[in-house]
Amino acid sequence: MIDWRLQCRAIYGRAYPRAIGALREPSWMFFDIFLPLLSISAFIFYYRALGAPAVYEGFVVIGGAMTAFWLSVMWGMATQFYWEKETGNLELYMMAPMSKMSILAGMALGGMFLTSVRAISTIVLGVIIFQVQMQLTSPLLLVFAFIITLIALYGMGMLFSSLYMFWGRGAWHLSNLMQEPIYLVSGFYFPVKQLGFYVAMAASIIPITLGLDSMRQILFGAGANGLLPVVEEIAILCVVAVVFIIAAWYSLRHMEYLGKKEGRLVLRSQ
Amino acid sequence: MSDAIEVKSVTRVFGGNGKGPAKALDDVSLSVKEGELFGLLGPNGAGKTTLIKILATLLLPSSGQVKVLGYDVEKEVDKIRPRINMVSGGDVGGYGLLTVRENLWMFSQFYGIPTKEANERIDHLLKLFALDDKSNAKVRTISTGQKQKMNVIRGFVTEPDVIYLDEPTLGLDVNASFAIRTYLRKWVKEQKGKTMLLTTHYMVEADELCDRVAIIDKGKILACDTPINLKRMLRRSSTFDVETTIFPEIESMGRLAGVEGFQVKQLGDKVVTRYVVEQESVIADVISAIQSKGGKLTSLSKTEPTLEDVFIHLVGRGLE
Repeated sequence: MIDWRLQCRAIYGRAYPRAIGALREPSWMFFDIFLPLLSISAFIFYYRALGAPAVYEGFVVIGGAMTAFWLSVMWGMATQFYWEKETGNLELYMMAPMSKMSILAGMALGGMFLTSVRAISTIVLGVIIFQVQMQLTSPLLLVFAFIITLIALYGMGMLFSSLYMFWGRGAWHLSNLMQEPIYLVSGFYFPVKQLGFYVAMAASIIPITLGLDSMRQILFGAGANGLLPVVEEIAILCVVAVVFIIAAWYSLRHMEYLGKKEGRLVLRSQ
Repeated sequence: MSDAIEVKSVTRVFGGNGKGPAKALDDVSLSVKEGELFGLLGPNGAGKTTLIKILATLLLPSSGQVKVLGYDVEKEVDKIRPRINMVSGGDVGGYGLLTVRENLWMFSQFYGIPTKEANERIDHLLKLFALDDKSNAKVRTISTGQKQKMNVIRGFVTEPDVIYLDEPTLGLDVNASFAIRTYLRKWVKEQKGKTMLLTTHYMVEADELCDRVAIIDKGKILACDTPINLKRMLRRSSTFDVETTIFPEIESMGRLAGVEGFQVKQLGDKVVTRYVVEQESVIADVISAIQSKGGKLTSLSKTEPTLEDVFIHLVGRGLE
């Protein structure tokens, strides 16, 4: 039987260093707010030079803010167990009685909180500096789309995390490889529909693709040039979230077993 | 008294990094009774840590059976994990951005300890280890010894029934080591029925703390008994410390007839060699051999056998 009180304490315990600890490093303001603003500025000036519709500037601000979540999932979730292994924490997590999913959930919640603070700062500054106009029709739907995007995205991060625990440094390079290509195929700075329906649908396996598209539709209306109707996109994200979380649970169990069998949980620098 | 740990014919083989399979444990059997402070003594690479990782449910044995508190480490991990903990020397764990107290609290949450209770235990242990003045210091700002004290507290804050300590005083200064050893002794004495398995390559630590000691080398248990009984093994032998000037082929002295164990330590321009010999008369042959090789004897003393001598006797060499 699952001891939910233990799991909740473990989730809170693991979320704590993410949520509180990282805010103690003031350098995040420079790296996570100022630097993303620079790339947003570059795209906005590019669109302005081309005479693109003003709504594209809004796409860029939202896309730029969402890059923080993608980076958080790649480097703060997927590769995290690799670093935890190198510092000796992974053994302590694995030996403790709570479900290892609670550790992943804690990492995800802490990461979501921390990254949301950063992403919202980027949006607020971007909107103020570039005078972005929005036509928000349904704030509740926007909040729901945002939350389900994060759940699906961090669910994917949990799955990657369990896989990376086993593959170690090799998978770490995969994270490097996945960074920029996803900016492209998920349409971080333009409507994903521009890639063509089938490419965009294939890219929708990355939750941020449909998440961004739905949020843009809610914020900018018909000008967002959406891929699918918002409700359909949110429904797909719900399914993807459940699939990723269940897959992460199975993967984590299997990888823990393999790790114990092959000694990868205790061997370092692989 | 029942066994807290039972290890039966355990072998653990690793891939071997391209050099073929490497046997870290080779048909190891031992048992540790509830309430016992058991030491595992051996050099680096002897298999101590591998055994601890198996007992801590982090590694599966390649063959054999291991039970902790009566539960199988392969099939019943959920029953074992709430009741064990582990402290490794050199690995501190936790996060440098968090304070000492926050780190300890975080790990207590993984065992489901309510915050109020966890804080009371943390306060008590911080005081015992004289670390209370650092409770609100970020971990990255404290010294290595203080980090290791925090690490030891982390292991005990969950009040485990069985605790594994893997070289807990590794690299620490005298004061920090003493504080940790004092606590370990007190814990086993005061907490009835709690079991501790300590790996170390500090002979004095094992001799001073452990109820029983197993000597392990190259994955095999060579002897297992109380420190007193282990030392009795050498009663028929004699141990001499011989200080000489440096002379050639010093290692060949260990092969002299009647020499059972041999360990050399260089101290500046002198060499102190410990000989475990079958009979006292053998030492005369040793001295003759030293002189024939050009060595000059500067002092000679007979010593009482220590665990280190037992190790030298069993393994044929010292730990260092």
